[in-house]
Amino acid sequence: MNVSHDLGIWVAALLTLFVFSFLYKDNPLYKFAEHLFVGVSAGYYIVLNFWTVVMPNLIDPLVRTFTGVDPVTHAKVVQVGGPFAGSIGDYRAWFLIPGILGVLLFVRLIGRGEWLSRWPLAVIIGVYAGLKTTGFAHGDLVAQVQASLQPLWTGDLWTSFNAIVFTVGLVTSLLFFFYSREHKGALGVAARTGIVFLMVSFGAGYGYTVMSRLSLLIGRFQFLIEDWLGIK
Amino acid sequence: MRRGTPSWLFALVLTSLLCAAPAVQAQAEPPAAPRPPSGLMFADIPDDAGSAVKLDWRLSPDDSAGVGVVTGYVLERGDSPVGPWTLVDSLLARTSTTVDNRIKRNHAYFYRITAYGPGGTTPALASAGPAIGRESWFNSTRTSVLVFLVVFFLLVLYYMSAAQGGKKPFVRRLAGIDAIEEAIGRATEMGRPVLYVPGIQDIDEIQTVAALVILESVARMTARYETPIRVPVAYPIPFTIAQEMVKSGYVNAGRPEAYEPDSVSFVSPEQFAYAAKLSGIMLRDKPAAHLFMGSFYGESLLLAETGFATGAIQVAGTANVHQLPFFVVACDYTLIGEELFAASAYLSGEPRLVGGLKGADVLKLLIIVTILVGCVLETFGHHGLTQWMQTQ
Repeated sequence: MNVSHDLGIWVAALLTLFVFSFLYKDNPLYKFAEHLFVGVSAGYYIVLNFWTVVMPNLIDPLVRTFTGVDPVTHAKVVQVGGPFAGSIGDYRAWFLIPGILGVLLFVRLIGRGEWLSRWPLAVIIGVYAGLKTTGFAHGDLVAQVQASLQPLWTGDLWTSFNAIVFTVGLVTSLLFFFYSREHKGALGVAARTGIVFLMVSFGAGYGYTVMSRLSLLIGRFQFLIEDWLGIK
Repeated sequence: MRRGTPSWLFALVLTSLLCAAPAVQAQAEPPAAPRPPSGLMFADIPDDAGSAVKLDWRLSPDDSAGVGVVTGYVLERGDSPVGPWTLVDSLLARTSTTVDNRIKRNHAYFYRITAYGPGGTTPALASAGPAIGRESWFNSTRTSVLVFLVVFFLLVLYYMSAAQGGKKPFVRRLAGIDAIEEAIGRATEMGRPVLYVPGIQDIDEIQTVAALVILESVARMTARYETPIRVPVAYPIPFTIAQEMVKSGYVNAGRPEAYEPDSVSFVSPEQFAYAAKLSGIMLRDKPAAHLFMGSFYGESLLLAETGFATGAIQVAGTANVHQLPFFVVACDYTLIGEELFAASAYLSGEPRLVGGLKGADVLKLLIIVTILVGCVLETFGHHGLTQWMQTQ
């Protein structure tokens, strides 16, 4: 046994044990690890987003546009056209619009102007709904339907059987998600068949995912035993 | 030489080496540089944003299989026929086509190609250009996507207007969604709060949007039953929207004064920090009902198992296929896939939303018909429908 002399490994190992102590019951050690984890990760996320999103995507282009100097390299930027011309490869002063919308999100902290914060929220939801609609229609709807079109008889018994089972499973699973009719009669039989297909796939997925989670647990134990305690 | 080797054998070996020497000397001479490729042609790639040009050329006459005079080709691009040149790609021998997909649209480029080998590089014969990548207003390979979207929107708009006109479509009972009210009722009886978890993704995930829409209906119920609700949120924008939704639920229930701003809290976007916090809430605040709606990943089983251990009634809904098994196992009711999106219409009873649900049902029928017709056509060797739906 060769216990680690690395402070970082000791901190990680103790925090791991603190989290594992939750398996017994909620206790002050778990609470300490939980609050530390939440606080550090939230702070890290805010700082990371400020420097990787707000600065390069908003502040830097606006500074470049209105001062004519690149804030990163401090080199002079050739200004072609006006601040809204967009001819030097970025959107230049147009970034004022998302900037203002971003600031409006914080207005909710001031009691009386709270309603103004709903405007950027409406823009955000509207933009993402629009983007996702075409994305889903292309990637999930048409592409998956197209991939499902296959010959039901290929000359080979097992390939044909596989294609027929796949198509029956697909159609009946779709019928399970039919809401404007009661699941009775033929529709009921089809929907029940569909849920059987879904449950079989869930069972397979469950087993597969549990195995991957166990491998994560094994990795954590390996860290404790090998890296921390030095038992090899 | 070992003792005992016959002298005649030594003489034979020496003679052989001496005879072979001129041949070895001839092989050591450096080969000539390969002759350049010719006929460099360019063509704008259709159905794109003007960011790619296809290039074809005739191979160098020295580029034959097994000869080894040509090692590869160097494709270069410039803004004028005389350069300066920028490397586009280095290609293997026997390659006569490539796509340059790193160009600016509507910008004129000139290309040249040279062959290189052990003997060096011969200058290119000439440059080709100007090659201009033009953006296409319509991607013809996605016509099928447009058709499906137009049909979907027409169906939804038709059934929405019909529902608003008084023809509200029938929606069958959904046990998982009915269980939400049952769970809130149980929490009310026990005098404990309801925990609503709107997934661990940001607002760009459509399941988070669905979860926040459902939250409004859930908040309306909790306001009506006078039961506290706890909504821990992982990202800042959904946090803001969740506050609006809960507030709106309380206002619509006629109890705006009962709304507590602290009922919605920001936790952390870090997946397992969020899961750790929720586990703590489940054990310390002891909510009687856990509602998991939205997008979940590896933390789903941690949350559902911890919640199960507390004895709370649990209803989950997600479209993340890999997490559904865990919710099915550990929760009392699970909304599977699209049921999550149907829940908001079902709970609100809003004619427009219910009309949209009916429109989606009719689209599903169209999809089933398309699949069956497509499979039959494929069986008989007709690939027209499959090719029409092939997109880029």
